[in-house]
Amino acid sequence: MSSSDLQAPTSTTIATASAAAARKKPFALRQIIDHVVLIAGSLFMLVPVLMAFFTSSHTDVTVHTNGLQMTFGGHLAENYYEAMLVPGGFTKTVDGMRMLMNSFILGIGFSVGKIIISMLAAYAIVYFQFRFATLAFWAIFTTLLLPLEVRILPSYEIVQGMGLVNTYTGLIVPLIASATGTFFFRQFFKSVPNELIEAARIDGAGPVKFFIDILVPLSKTMIAAIFIIMFVFGWNQYLWPTIMTTDESFFTLVRGIKQILNVFIGAQIPEYGQAMALAIVAMVPPVLVVVIFQSWFVKGLVESDK
Amino acid sequence: MIKSQFKSPLFPYLLLLPQLSIVVIFFYWPAAEAIRSSFYLEDPFGFSSTFVGLDNFRDMVSRSDYVATAEFTIIFSVIVTFFSLAIALLLAVTADRVLRGASTYKTLLMWVYAIAPPVAALIGIMMFDTLVGPIAGFFQALGWNYQLGTNRFDTAFAMIVISIWKQVPVNFIFFLSGLQGIPKSVQEAAAIDCASSTRRFWTITFPLLAPTGFFLLIINITYSLFDTFGIIDVVLKGEPGNNPVTLVYKVFLDGFRGNDLGGSSAQSVILMILVLILTVFQFRLIERRVHYN
Repeated sequence: MSSSDLQAPTSTTIATASAAAARKKPFALRQIIDHVVLIAGSLFMLVPVLMAFFTSSHTDVTVHTNGLQMTFGGHLAENYYEAMLVPGGFTKTVDGMRMLMNSFILGIGFSVGKIIISMLAAYAIVYFQFRFATLAFWAIFTTLLLPLEVRILPSYEIVQGMGLVNTYTGLIVPLIASATGTFFFRQFFKSVPNELIEAARIDGAGPVKFFIDILVPLSKTMIAAIFIIMFVFGWNQYLWPTIMTTDESFFTLVRGIKQILNVFIGAQIPEYGQAMALAIVAMVPPVLVVVIFQSWFVKGLVESDK
Repeated sequence: MIKSQFKSPLFPYLLLLPQLSIVVIFFYWPAAEAIRSSFYLEDPFGFSSTFVGLDNFRDMVSRSDYVATAEFTIIFSVIVTFFSLAIALLLAVTADRVLRGASTYKTLLMWVYAIAPPVAALIGIMMFDTLVGPIAGFFQALGWNYQLGTNRFDTAFAMIVISIWKQVPVNFIFFLSGLQGIPKSVQEAAAIDCASSTRRFWTITFPLLAPTGFFLLIINITYSLFDTFGIIDVVLKGEPGNNPVTLVYKVFLDGFRGNDLGGSSAQSVILMILVLILTVFQFRLIERRVHYN
């Protein structure tokens, strides 16, 4: 703030008082505008998804002749039953339940694997003195530089060469090869007070005991926050599952979207209802996790991207 | 502050072993392989490859479809980044100001973060569908003969709108937490000094949000370059035809469909260099952000 702003307190006080008086009426208007902006924003986010939901309660013929729907039709159970429990339709051999299960395996497997591996690595980096510590640090953190998309073809060939196509290992493990989790835990461990490790040492606790009895309980909130972020990230993976799984029994819901499109092309009347039902099922678990654990999620997101 | 540390000859290596082995096998090896094969020309059956130096790169930049793709990628990234940041900033500033219903608005404006890009795109192509989509219907009623999938411009329009829709929540979360990080005392001082709330925003709030904004700028460029893959693939229904694609999508197309390993790798290497530059910027900004805090 410049010094000129502070020179004439009396004139500014008067100006504020008169401005406040003048603003009395537009103030209410301003609040109304604020709410209009926020409601418009919320509708922008909400309406497409609501429309997908309502459309999933109508028959394909209704949608085909009248367009997407914004009212509730009577065929909700039918569409969801077909999409979730009857193999065929978009995929030939698996039903939606199988894809739902695969999505959970990918989401949970990815997040748990990543948390364990990155906590161990971050523990070594922050709490140990060893030769090559700097080298290990850079070797891990360089992975933040390149997203999977730019090395997708060689990654596929390597994983294929290991015979891991159409396996859960091939689906999950290569996705863990990035240091976001390690970076996050390293930041957190560095903020843990030094006195704790001193006290643990005086009490004769070794590195394993210190980790399990002190550091892990202390990291509970952090673990929860990163679990939410990673679960959503893993659940929503598309490119890697698309090239890694050709066997339908390994399809996730998000991977299954591609199958929906393949059936849509050249269909007389596309199965709109089932497609929208699968889209809704594919978004419900990650959306619920984010909404229910909103404060942890926001904390995890804002902290981890620092 | 230097941490008290344990000393143990083997234990830290044991702790690092899982992470390091995954990183070496699934990161360094493929990255090195991408760089290596960008200098080689592989015959179509994959039996042999010849060292061709920079030929793949020369080929790439001289091909008109690569140049067109690069141009589209730039336009796409600029529009998506600009609008998703601008809309999110407007919403965050407003949500930070209202007293009633603030937490409800916050939830309503951020939950779309959890929706996968291809799922968002599936709903998007329904909304923009020439036959059943209400948005396409609206445009047609206005006299714009909107044709998703057959008209280049119309397809690009849908890709851009869906990409913005998917990215607004992330930016909103970061802007809002940035706004809430501005100390109350600063805001009150500003309110006393400056009656016009518009001026207050541009002279006080906006500069204080700048570090968050720069950081988000990099995040958004990275998003429009890479994370929009799922959106583009679904909007194109896997068949680009005459429609525009981004550089990352072209790497995928040439590598997996065209079987042009060398050309695809050369494109990957160019993208790697681009990401490296962006990340170096990002790290420098992070340092600045830490200083501000």
